Amino acid sequence: MNDAAGQSLAEIGGRLQRLMEQPPDPADATELLALGEGVLEHWVRAKGREPTRDEREGFRLLALHRQGADKDPSFNACRETCRELAYHYNLLTLESDHEDSAQRARMMALVANHLYLFISGKMETEQLGEFCCSSKPLRTGLTGGVDGGRSAQ
Amino acid sequence: MSDKQTKTSKQKYAEVAYYPGCALEGSGHAYNRSTKALGKALGLKLKEVDNWNCCGAMEVKNIDPKLQTYLSSRVMSIAANKMNMDVVMAPCNGCYHNLKRAEWDLENEDKSKEVVGQLSQKAGHETYQAGQVETIHALDWIKDAIGEEGLKERVKNSLKDVKIANYYGCMYTRPRHIFPEKDAGPGTESTSKPHFMDDLLAAAGAENVDFPLKTACCGGAHTLSDSDTSTRLVANILQTAEAAGAEVIATECPTCHSGLEMHQIRAAKTLGIKTHVKIIYFTQLLGMALGLKPRAVGLQENVSDSFAFVKEKGLT
Repeated sequence: MNDAAGQSLAEIGGRLQRLMEQPPDPADATELLALGEGVLEHWVRAKGREPTRDEREGFRLLALHRQGADKDPSFNACRETCRELAYHYNLLTLESDHEDSAQRARMMALVANHLYLFISGKMETEQLGEFCCSSKPLRTGLTGGVDGGRSAQ
Repeated sequence: MSDKQTKTSKQKYAEVAYYPGCALEGSGHAYNRSTKALGKALGLKLKEVDNWNCCGAMEVKNIDPKLQTYLSSRVMSIAANKMNMDVVMAPCNGCYHNLKRAEWDLENEDKSKEVVGQLSQKAGHETYQAGQVETIHALDWIKDAIGEEGLKERVKNSLKDVKIANYYGCMYTRPRHIFPEKDAGPGTESTSKPHFMDDLLAAAGAENVDFPLKTACCGGAHTLSDSDTSTRLVANILQTAEAAGAEVIATECPTCHSGLEMHQIRAAKTLGIKTHVKIIYFTQLLGMALGLKPRAVGLQENVSDSFAFVKEKGLT
């Protein structure tokens, strides 16, 4: 598998941009998944943790998302984006000669780019997703917190 | 067994308390107009909640969550105790989310019950008790009161040549635990791949495209504080919809809708990313499918101009 390890977030963004500009190639699925993992690794490291090597439902990407969302419910704003990335990877690798493969590869690149944009935005403004998706209080206020962190689900 | 329990969803939703919320009186007025027009065309009754207040939106919720629970509970209390209604329908994702969240808090958090009781007493109205009303979204309303078959029977202008990407945004499905009726088996809404809007628009003849960013973050709440991030996220959503073959992004939330419209313009100006996909509320699309004129569903109130498009599609 291509490894995005060692690439800066900007380098990953640049690579995604190039992949989106060139004709979609189903063979890019493995690299796109690795780039998604690379983006998540940046988030996990930024939170002072070592990115997991575990897998969840057969994907390290989903395990990394889970790790990134730990104690940070707003990270669930990218949960479905990660799942779509895994879904498109499955489509492209399990049905590699499907007539829609090029279109699927194109969509996978756009989904990977969304994950990159969300996390790079969150690296600049950590509260991205906290204001809406997770409903995480910015401060406890007069009447205290509300649901003991259950919003993380 | 009470009347409330014996009523089917179809009967319960035929007349609902309508909670438009603040956005539908301002930037989302087209959604307000089209929701009312659609309800009228379908023979459904909306009784606006008397003297309604802010749901606590995002600002109050993020500073003092229990105050948001109280504000949302007051809306439900008026519907239940003053208007004697069983169902509150909120078309705005933010309002819908907050009322559902307040319901969950009052069901599960003793402290919330205590705070809501104290504030309700101080404000001089009956305290809302969890379970007194059912809060639904406009999608539930049409889906359950009319259904796909009912819509098909009423369609006058089929959406058959219209390719649509359905964008649900975040607050319609997240966080999962406040929507216990979702992910509950066949026929219920999914939080990971919502489909109610797809179902309704397909019933009106539309061709829904496979759109992988249905619930992806648009950076909505950061649209003023961090506009560049919002613009980049929205531009990617618009480009993905176009790449999926969509001519229209159907929306069901005023915040999503105005965010997509505004950042479509901004993406062209600041990033040079030009997209042509139209942004139209699902209520506007269904209304036109039922034969309502574009102006009757507020198409002129959208920021983006879709008149030529709907004319080309025979929806005028």
